[in-house]
Amino acid sequence: MEHGSYSDLSKSTFSLVDEDHTFANSVRFILNQDPRVTFCGYSIPHPSENRVNVRVQTTGDPASEVLKDGCQDLMLMCQHVRSTFGKAVNDFKTSKSVRSTSEKAVSESDDDMDT
Amino acid sequence: MSSSGDESMASEIDEQEQNGGRGIPDYIMNLEDVPSTLPTHLELQKTRVFCNLDAPQHTDTIQYSGAYAALGVDNSVRLDNFYQNFKVEVKRITDEEMEFDMIGIDPAVANAFRRILIAEVPTMAIERVYIANNTSLVQDEVLSHRLGLIPIDADPKLFEYPDDAGGENNEKNTIVFKQHVRCEKGQPRLTVKSDTLKWLPNGSELIAEGTKSAADPAPKTFTTFNQKSLPKFSKDPAPYNLDVIVAKLGPGQEIELEAHAVKGIGKTHAKWSPVATAWYRMLPEVVLTKDVKDELAEELVSKCPAKVFDIEDIGRGRKKAVVKNARACTLCRECIREADEGEEGGEGEKWTDRVSLRRVKDHFIFTIESTGAIPPDVLFTEAVKILEDKCERVITELS
Repeated sequence: MEHGSYSDLSKSTFSLVDEDHTFANSVRFILNQDPRVTFCGYSIPHPSENRVNVRVQTTGDPASEVLKDGCQDLMLMCQHVRSTFGKAVNDFKTSKSVRSTSEKAVSESDDDMDT
Repeated sequence: MSSSGDESMASEIDEQEQNGGRGIPDYIMNLEDVPSTLPTHLELQKTRVFCNLDAPQHTDTIQYSGAYAALGVDNSVRLDNFYQNFKVEVKRITDEEMEFDMIGIDPAVANAFRRILIAEVPTMAIERVYIANNTSLVQDEVLSHRLGLIPIDADPKLFEYPDDAGGENNEKNTIVFKQHVRCEKGQPRLTVKSDTLKWLPNGSELIAEGTKSAADPAPKTFTTFNQKSLPKFSKDPAPYNLDVIVAKLGPGQEIELEAHAVKGIGKTHAKWSPVATAWYRMLPEVVLTKDVKDELAEELVSKCPAKVFDIEDIGRGRKKAVVKNARACTLCRECIREADEGEEGGEGEKWTDRVSLRRVKDHFIFTIESTGAIPPDVLFTEAVKILEDKCERVITELS
């Protein structure tokens, strides 16, 4: 899946199968913000082929390591998004159920919000 | 009020003056997601899209880590910075739809979530239809297609993807439904709705062709399983909407079929897409760069079809326009269009000098409309998990 020079590890093209803009564009965004990266871009060689080529050139570090770190960062970002989102939804639901129960007084139970 | 007399200098200075003199309100610069290190006009260009009369300006997101190296400003990604600034605000949520604001994230990642929601979160949908009898006007293939598009209310997490190698259908990858409706002679026309699809927990009842024999006491069907053995479903699998019209039957017409639902993703076919739509837009920002008073204020309020502006009394019978609801702005630019464009070049203030329309580049108003099988908040969590899995896959392949 990796194409590049064996002598110069700082420049490589990674060919990822079964990926598309979804992953490649986000990883390109992460890598471009990494100070070790001098160039990062991606291309889809053919639209009917499930493949994307990600080019990474660095200031000296092995490109595969930098790509790995980028993926790691993206993953941590996703985990943070997930926990923040979960918390926001929970807060919203509890605040809504508190409001509706206080409005309806004790006449109706709030068992639909419990689960 | 602007120093128009000084503006006969070089064009570069002209430009700087315009950017600086656009009156960036303090509250923008005081936002916590705006680091105070860049000059204000660059900061504004970095964080806002300017929606001018002719075209939007500064639409790019500045990604490169060294973009502001000459100014001594580091633009590299810092996760702790992201952790600090990232916010989610839920606006509304129901079983089928939710809207929330996602603040402090890049469009590349927000778009990845949207794409995954549409094309890569799995659901169950009818994939194979075995038609025993169909005398309705709807052709077999059209009927099958219509059945496929009905959202099935079953948790895809309880199921496995079907075996591509042509293995047996089992209780872990197939849900079988039966539909048998008939319009009796002499009756009025019958509308067949999705509630006539009945779940068969014991699998197929149709006898597979070529396996029928008098000697065989238990004829072979298309599946052999008992879904009662599965971990309990919270409810029986059924179409989510029971009033989807499948076909119409005239007197004497009949439909008898069996439909097998399997797990899949929207990339393969849109019927597996768990959302009706999922979309986002950037938060509009409307800024009055000058005080708009009296008749002009009235004019501004009446110009806006989205009712963004409101009038405030400032005493002594005078009025002033204020921005009341920038979120409702559709950026139609009606507020900055001159009433009579023929007389352009005339002196005096233009509306573009008074109102500035912008979009906040890292504030996304995200809306998810679910088809019903999975609630929208669960869908989003699943989508984020899928992006995580993609990262993990690449990491393991690299090491």
